[in-house]
This record gives sequence, structure tokens and C-alpha cells, in this order.
Amino acid sequence: MGEPFIHLAAVQKVYRTRGTDFLAISEATFDVEAGELVSLVGPSGCGKTTLLKILAGLHPVDSGEIKIGSRTQPFDPSRDIGMVFQQPLLLKWRRVIDNVLLPAEILGLPMAASRARARDLLALVGLKGKEDQYPYELSGGMQQRAAIARALIHDPKLILMDEPFGALDALTREKMNLELLRIWEEAKKTIVFVTHGITEAVFLGTRVIVLTAGPARMADNFRVELPHPRTLEMKTNEAFGEYTRRIYRLLGME
Amino acid sequence: MAGHPQALQRYALAVASHLGLIAAWYLFVKLGEVPKFVMPSPYDTVHALLVPNYRWPENIAVTTIEIFGGYILAVVFGIGAALLFSWFRWLEMAVMPLLVSLNMIPKVALGPLIIVWFKYGIGPNAMMAFAICFFPIVLTTARGLREVEPDLLDLVHTLKGSRWQLFTKIQLPGALPYVFSGMKVAAILAVAGAIVGEFLGSDRGLGYLMLQVQVTLDTAAMFMAVILITLIGVVLYGIVLALERMLVVRDARLA
Repeated sequence: MGEPFIHLAAVQKVYRTRGTDFLAISEATFDVEAGELVSLVGPSGCGKTTLLKILAGLHPVDSGEIKIGSRTQPFDPSRDIGMVFQQPLLLKWRRVIDNVLLPAEILGLPMAASRARARDLLALVGLKGKEDQYPYELSGGMQQRAAIARALIHDPKLILMDEPFGALDALTREKMNLELLRIWEEAKKTIVFVTHGITEAVFLGTRVIVLTAGPARMADNFRVELPHPRTLEMKTNEAFGEYTRRIYRLLGME
Repeated sequence: MAGHPQALQRYALAVASHLGLIAAWYLFVKLGEVPKFVMPSPYDTVHALLVPNYRWPENIAVTTIEIFGGYILAVVFGIGAALLFSWFRWLEMAVMPLLVSLNMIPKVALGPLIIVWFKYGIGPNAMMAFAICFFPIVLTTARGLREVEPDLLDLVHTLKGSRWQLFTKIQLPGALPYVFSGMKVAAILAVAGAIVGEFLGSDRGLGYLMLQVQVTLDTAAMFMAVILITLIGVVLYGIVLALERMLVVRDARLA
């Protein structure tokens, strides 16, 4: 296995608001190998978004150790993070391709090469031919595909996704799950995927980390030994059911 | 879009309703035998343009300059102030409440003061137009600049984007719909401001002309003046609307 790509040890995060302390994360400890797709699952208020923002370098931690990158996979925090949020958050006044190019512009990457890459990425996420349309001309699912292409444009090593399909209808969500797995296999990125969907967490993840709320803590961390490429039929497998039941039990729902 | 049959139908109906109003006006005056000094017919109104003493071209020019001058100044200073507020938070915290208080002053009440300080003429009347339409532009622009999605802010932060990049790529283009929303409200107010200025003290302009013909009961000329003032407003509003169409994507436009 060697050196992990992400290493968290006893990470703690406390929010202080008007004199009262609120423990957002107590003792998060886990490793992520390069190229893994890790699902962070838990109820709302369990600190999973906070954890994602810590990984993104947006929040400092109060105690504990956090290390991203390894000797074989050096990590540059300004260039190696791609973010996808629950809302696509495309800029309404930019065409799809120019939305995808936003991180490249901010990083000052060579534009001609980036533009060619943006076209390739839009083809990868299934938006070939939509390059010159405006976001309002796309459906919610298509907008989220464009947001994924935007997260990939600067070729980051780590993609952080915060309930990216939470706002989509159930069918589109299943379709996007399959799409994400295909993109992940092609792009070969490390992905940390935050969700409150238990089935989604198991279906997507090579590993699932379960967080529980009140007080927020890490309850479980296990590998999902289902073969790739994953198919929708797997959801009816006994093995798949075992994994989801394991999470339901931890969340006190069984 | 204009070639679209449905759009064509909409335009036709809009033109028809305007023509209908003029027709109703004509019939009301003719059938009701309304005296000309109470309500002139459309024909009498247009006929008033032929009176050379009224110096229509000059008066139109003066009022247009007042409206456009005051308006353009308000746009420049209004957007400028809002930009400064978004760059210097302490400035916004100090000045914005003051602006809100000052906005409570009925600008019309300042008219006599403006005359005392600056006499009367094109400048003071443009100033009245400025005073009345400055606030909506500052307030809406400042609001637009504040409304940045927190997640977009995070996105820029993870890329270590600069304050300037955030401003030029996200904040400013995101605020444009708000800027135009304020500019549209202000366009209507600017016309009112300039005319009120002329009523309070002036020696030229369409508002001045209205006061002159009021004495001689030439209601037709007053009607014509009102129509011309309205047309100047329509032209200004149309320019703003056209600019908005050019600069703001359809989906992002505010009502």
C-alpha cells in the first residue's frame, strides 16, 4: 500500500459562536490511498461538510494532524483541489465552456491548451455540443456535469464533492452515479464524496467512512469489496445489502 | 425574435392599445364637446408644435440635457460609491447608514435650497435629477456586489484566487443585473427630478414652458410638453434596456 495520499490523525474542529463551543468534528482519523473514491456518509450536522472544507484547506483544524500528498503524488494545495458543490454554481453569464475554464483562468494556465482540454472534458462528462450554450439552457443534471468538468480542468489530484447529486431527482441521481464512476475510472483521480445517501455511498465508494452526529464523530471506516465497473444490479446483491445494513445500524436506523 | 409570429402579434397588440388610447381621447373630446382649454384633441396637441414662440427644439434640448446629465452622473457616482463600499467595508459601515438617512429627505424639498445655493438653470436642475436617482443606484449596486454565493467564494479560495480575480470574474459580472435594476428605476426618477427642478426655478426647458403656457391657458401646449417629457424618458429607458440586453444574459436579468 505504501504511503497514503491523505492522512488524518485525531483531527478536531470546534466552532465558537457567541461564547458557546460547538464540537464539529471529534477525532477524525483515516487514510486515503491515491486513486480511491471515498464516501463520507452521515446525517446532516455530522460534520462531513466541515471535514471536506478542512481537506480543501478552507478551515484550519484545532488539533490533530492532516497531511495530503506523498512522495510519488506531491500535492500543491492551490492547484490540486477540484470542488463540486450541491448546487452546480455555474456563472450564469458565461457559456458552458467558459464556466469550465474558470479555474484555469484563476490559476493563469495557458488558455489555448486549457480550451482544448475543456472540450475534451465536456465530451468526457457527456456534454459534447453544449460548449457554447448558457447554463440556463441545460438541465440540472447537465449543469452538474459541467461543474464536474470545471473541477477537472486544472488536472487536480484530489476532487472534493459535497453532496453533488443531492439536488437532483432520484433517476437523474442514479444516472449521475454511474457517470461519476465512469469519469473516475477514466480520469484516475482521488475523490472524497460527501453524501447522506447510504446506498449512494456504498455504490460509489471504494471505501466508506461513516460519521455520526451529536457529538460528531467517526463511527466506521471500511473498504467496499465490490468489483468494478459497478452496475445497478449490484444494489440488489446480498453483499451490497450487508454494507448498507452496516451503515443503517451505525446510524441507529435498524 | 422580431420575425417570430407570436412576438409580432404581441407587438401588434401593444401598438394597437396605444393607438386605441389616442382614439378614445379623440372621441371623448369630440363627442363630449370638451372645451379646448380643459382638454385639447390629439390634433390640437400636435398643432401646438407649430407655435414658434414656444421654442420647442431649445426647450427639448435643455430638458434632455438635464435628465441625461443628472442621470449619467448618478450612474457614474452611484456605481463608483458602491464599488468603494465593497472594497472598503469600514467605509460602507460608516457611509451607508448616512446615505439611507439622507435618502429619507424628500429631494423635492431641497429644490429651494439648490436655487439659493446655485441659482437656477441647467446645472441645478441636473443636480435635482442626480439627487433623486443616485440612491437607488447605490443601494442596488451595493446589494449586487454583496450577493456572492459562499460556495463560489470557497471555490476561488481553494484556487488561491486573488481579491481582484474574485471581483472581476465573479462579483462584478454577478452584480450587473442589480446595477441595471437600479438604473431602470433611476431612469424614471431622473425625468421627474429634472421637471421638478424646472418647476421650482428655471428660464428654459419643457417644465418651464408648461408654467408659461399655464398662464395663457394653452392646455394643448401643456399636453405636448408632457408627451415630449414622457418621450425623453422612454428614450432613456430604452437605451438602458438595450444596454442590459447587450450586457446581461437573459437568465440573469432582474425584473
